[in-house]
Order: sequence, then structure tokens, then C-alpha cells
Amino acid sequence: MVVDAEHWRTPSRRLLRLRRWEVVVPAVAVAVVAALAGGGSGVALGLAFAAIVAGAILWGVVGRRYASWGYAEREDDLLVRRGVLFARLSVVPYGRMQFIDVTAGPLERAFRLATVRLHTAAAATDARIPGLDRDEAARLRDRLAELGEAQAAGL
Amino acid sequence: MTAEATEGWHRLHPLSPVVRGGRGTIAIAILLLPILFSGGRVSDAVPQVAIIALLALGGFVSWLVTRWRIEEDDLRIETGLIRRQSLRFPLAQVQAIDVVRPGLARMFRVAELRLRTAGASGATARLAYVGEREVDPLRDQLLALARGARVHEGIPAGDDELERPPERVLATVATGPLVASIILERGWLILILAGLLSGFVVSPHTAAAVIGGGGFVWAVSIATVLWRRFNQQYRLTVAEGPDGLHLRGGLVALTAEVIRPGRVQAIRLVEPVLWRPLGWCRLEADLAGRQRSKGEGEAQRGQLRTLLPVAQRTLAFELVDRLVPDRPRELSPPPRRARWKSPLRYRMLRWGRSDTCVATVSGRLRRVTCWVPLEKAQSLRHVQGPVQRRLRLASVHVDTAGKAVHATLRDRDAGEAAEALTDLTDLARAARKRAVVARA
Repeated sequence: MVVDAEHWRTPSRRLLRLRRWEVVVPAVAVAVVAALAGGGSGVALGLAFAAIVAGAILWGVVGRRYASWGYAEREDDLLVRRGVLFARLSVVPYGRMQFIDVTAGPLERAFRLATVRLHTAAAATDARIPGLDRDEAARLRDRLAELGEAQAAGL
Repeated sequence: MTAEATEGWHRLHPLSPVVRGGRGTIAIAILLLPILFSGGRVSDAVPQVAIIALLALGGFVSWLVTRWRIEEDDLRIETGLIRRQSLRFPLAQVQAIDVVRPGLARMFRVAELRLRTAGASGATARLAYVGEREVDPLRDQLLALARGARVHEGIPAGDDELERPPERVLATVATGPLVASIILERGWLILILAGLLSGFVVSPHTAAAVIGGGGFVWAVSIATVLWRRFNQQYRLTVAEGPDGLHLRGGLVALTAEVIRPGRVQAIRLVEPVLWRPLGWCRLEADLAGRQRSKGEGEAQRGQLRTLLPVAQRTLAFELVDRLVPDRPRELSPPPRRARWKSPLRYRMLRWGRSDTCVATVSGRLRRVTCWVPLEKAQSLRHVQGPVQRRLRLASVHVDTAGKAVHATLRDRDAGEAAEALTDLTDLARAARKRAVVARA
């Protein structure tokens, strides 16, 4: 699908920060607990080291996954791309949208983020954009609703 | 029927609660028998009688509080004693109208009318039950209203009898092939039967023990599944009328369905492995609506509407041509390297498109061919997994509003897939615009 690079929008940088926190906090917690509770035994230090290494690897994975997210508003449809291992690109025509969800979990709220999800009549449609800045999410929701109404096609 | 139907409220048939009770009613009848024949000592059976009286009262009340009427473009149903519900079903959105007659309903000469609309849940209007003689005129009237509502004409007012539109029978299923196909579709069944038979020859005692033990339960459940299939599809007839495709059939429970034109989201041709030497296939249509709503009968338990339970390929393709006028003729296989990704499917995989329709073939043992009219495509997805990336392959999914048909352009060359995604996006947009213009 040919879309100029500048037309792709990405989720907020805060999503990347949130995802990194989600990796760092458990990894450090496991490492600290193992090191303290193990009393310096070889196994405990090994476990702590493993937790740090796993955290470092996941840090990289999270970064690549963040970079894979993108969406582009075109004239008649919305494009959403995601996935590192399984690269997916969804094309959702505005006229097919049934409704739009904006959700924000507790962690997302703490980072002032929201997830926008589009629903069509097909259950398989998979168009979700996480980690949008709240204002951007509201803008996107209103814009999509407007376009959806203008182009609505029946079933 | 016309003036009265648009003006006033109607009740369901008075015997509705009895029929709706279904198996419960039969159980009650069995419960009653010993009381009747035990010489009239009612005092022994007070609990039973009390329960039956309560149930009867409940049924009567539910009948009393349920009423329906046709209001301009809507069917309105009011029901519920404590939690009163008023349901309104816009006739313009009706996908299909079914008339269902379970065995008990046939005994009492009543039938259930079911209107399926496109929503996700609670989208089925049920009138259970309506007198047998009223049901067909009522269905015709609803269909006429649905048609009228769609093109914003008025209701054909004033005529005393709505003419039943003439229909053309396209195919009827013969009983012999139906039985054979149901068994052949489950190849393992033949294996089990053969195994049992040879078991009896070699050592009768062991085989009898197998049947006596858990095997019996298995046999019953298998028989139930086979019977259900047979009961549903017995003498299934497809006919074409101006108000859509008519499907009729059933052995004990009769069903008559009308699928309105343009409401088919996708169709699918299934060829199980043991059918193929005989050139048989099954044709199924997918309609909008995600879930089976609660209380739907066995006819709806299957995910798809079966148009032809078993037929020769030529006949099936004739019907496909009728449903998808411009179906793609040339289907192309994936590149040879797709073998490594989908070794079992590789032989089957094909796809093709015309300007209005996508066709895909897939399947491991059985072959499944799907046709999706592009104006029905909801969204498109391009997916590339790690193995596919290494082999420079990609898949494109065409999502529809149906329940079970997914057209997937599986394991195509990456360049071809990207091009297909662009092409299909444009073609689907054009098809959608044509459909909107045609509707306006």
C-alpha cells in the first residue's frame, strides 16, 4: 500500500515510555528480590542476572514493536499497521465503520493515553491504535465518526 | 388481513406455550399419564399437579402479555409481564425470513416466523407461534413491506390478497445422495464402522464390550449429529422468487426460509475429500449477524445457510453464477515456494478476482472455495508472518460481515499481495459507491 512516509502517524512517545516501564519494573523487582532473598548464593545471583538480561532483551523488543505501530488517514479509508514478527496492515473504509471505541486503562490513564478501536460488521476486522495522546484520540474519534457518517454504506 | 394488520394488535396462537414448552410438554404429558391411569387418586399427586398448574399459568400469562403488530415500516412486538419489553424491528433491514415448524408445532398446526436483521445480538424477531394458515400470507406481507420500505414506495394498499409471487425451483436434494453424503463427509465414521464390524468377526466379546462401555454414548451422540443434519436437509429445495431465494425442507421440523436479494455476504463451496471422486459439493451462504441469538432452533445452529446440501459441481456453479453474476473465471496458484509454508494446503491454494468479486480456494483435505462480492467486503488485511517473510510471501484477508466465510489470499508472492491489496481496496471502493448509488 503506497503511502508517503510523512502521512504515517505514530502513537505518542509516552506509549514507548509506558511499555518500557512495564518491562523495567518487573525485571528490576525480580533481580532485587532474588539478590536479597538468595543471600548471595550462586543460583540467586544467576536468577538476578537472568532477569536483567531478559529485561534488556524485552527493552529492545518493546522498542521495535512501538516503532511498528502506525496509522494513516486517507481519503476513503484508514490504514493501520502493526506487528514485528507478524506484520499486519489493515485497510478499513470509513463507510464500513459501525462504531468507534475509545478506552483508557489505569496505566494508560496515568500516562494520559487512550486506545482507539474501530469496529466494522466483520468480527475479523482488527483495527486498533493504542497509546494515542488523549487529545489526538478525541480528534481521531470525531474525525472518523464524521467521515463514517458521510460515507456510510449499508451492509 | 391488511387493514386489520396495520391497525390493531395481534396475539400469538393460543397453543403457543404448549408448543414452546417442547420437550417439557412431552415430559409433563408423561408425568400426567400415571395420574390419569392410577384410578384418580389425586391426593397422591398433589406436588405434580401443582407444578403443572404453575407451569400452565406461566405459559398462559406469557401468551397473554405478548402481542405484535405491523407499524408502517416496523414490526413491533411487546412482551413480558414484569419486565415489559417493546421490540421494534425495522423491516427494511431484514436479512431473511424463516418459517420453522418443529415436530410438535406441526402436530398443533402452528408455525414460527423468524425475522433476521443484521445486528449483533437480539436481532432476531420471533413470532412463536402463528397459526399455520396465517403464516404464509403474513410472511409474504412482511417481505412485500420490506421491499417497499427499501425503495420508499408505499405499501401496496387496498388489495385484499397479496399475490404470491411466482417462484422457480432451482434444485431439490434427493434422499439417497443426502444420506450417502452425510456419511461420506465423515470419513472416520466409515473407519469406525469397519473397525467394529471386523472386531465382531475376530472377537465378538471384545467388540460387544466396547459397545457396552463408553462406546454406546459415543454412538448415540454421533447418531444425534447425523440425524440432525438429515432432518434439516431432507428434501431441501432452493427456489428463486422476486423476493429472494426460497429454501424449504426438513423431515420432522419443517423450515422455509427466504433470503432477500443482495443480503448474501459471501458464499462457499465445500468439497470433502471423499465427495470429490463423485463430483459432489455443498453450497453454503453466509449472512450478516454475528451470533446466534438465544432460543434459536436447530435450523440455525449451523453457522451457515446451506443452499445445496449435496449437488453435482455443475449445478452448484449454476447457482453460484446466479448469486455472483461476475465471478472470476481464472484462479492462479501461489508460487512454488509456498509449499514450504503450507505443505498440505499448497495443492488447493488459488485466488482470482473480477471487477466485482474475489474468489479463493483453500483447504487441507477438503477443498473450500469462497466467493465474496467486493461490495460486501468490510475491511482488508495484509499479513506477513516470519516464515512468509523469509520466503517472500504474504497473505491478504478479505473480512466480511458473515460468520464463517473468510476469503484469504494465502501465501502469495509478496509483490503480488501488495498489489492485490491496492487493487482490491480500489475495486471495493468502486463497488461500494455503485451499491450506494443503486440504493439511493
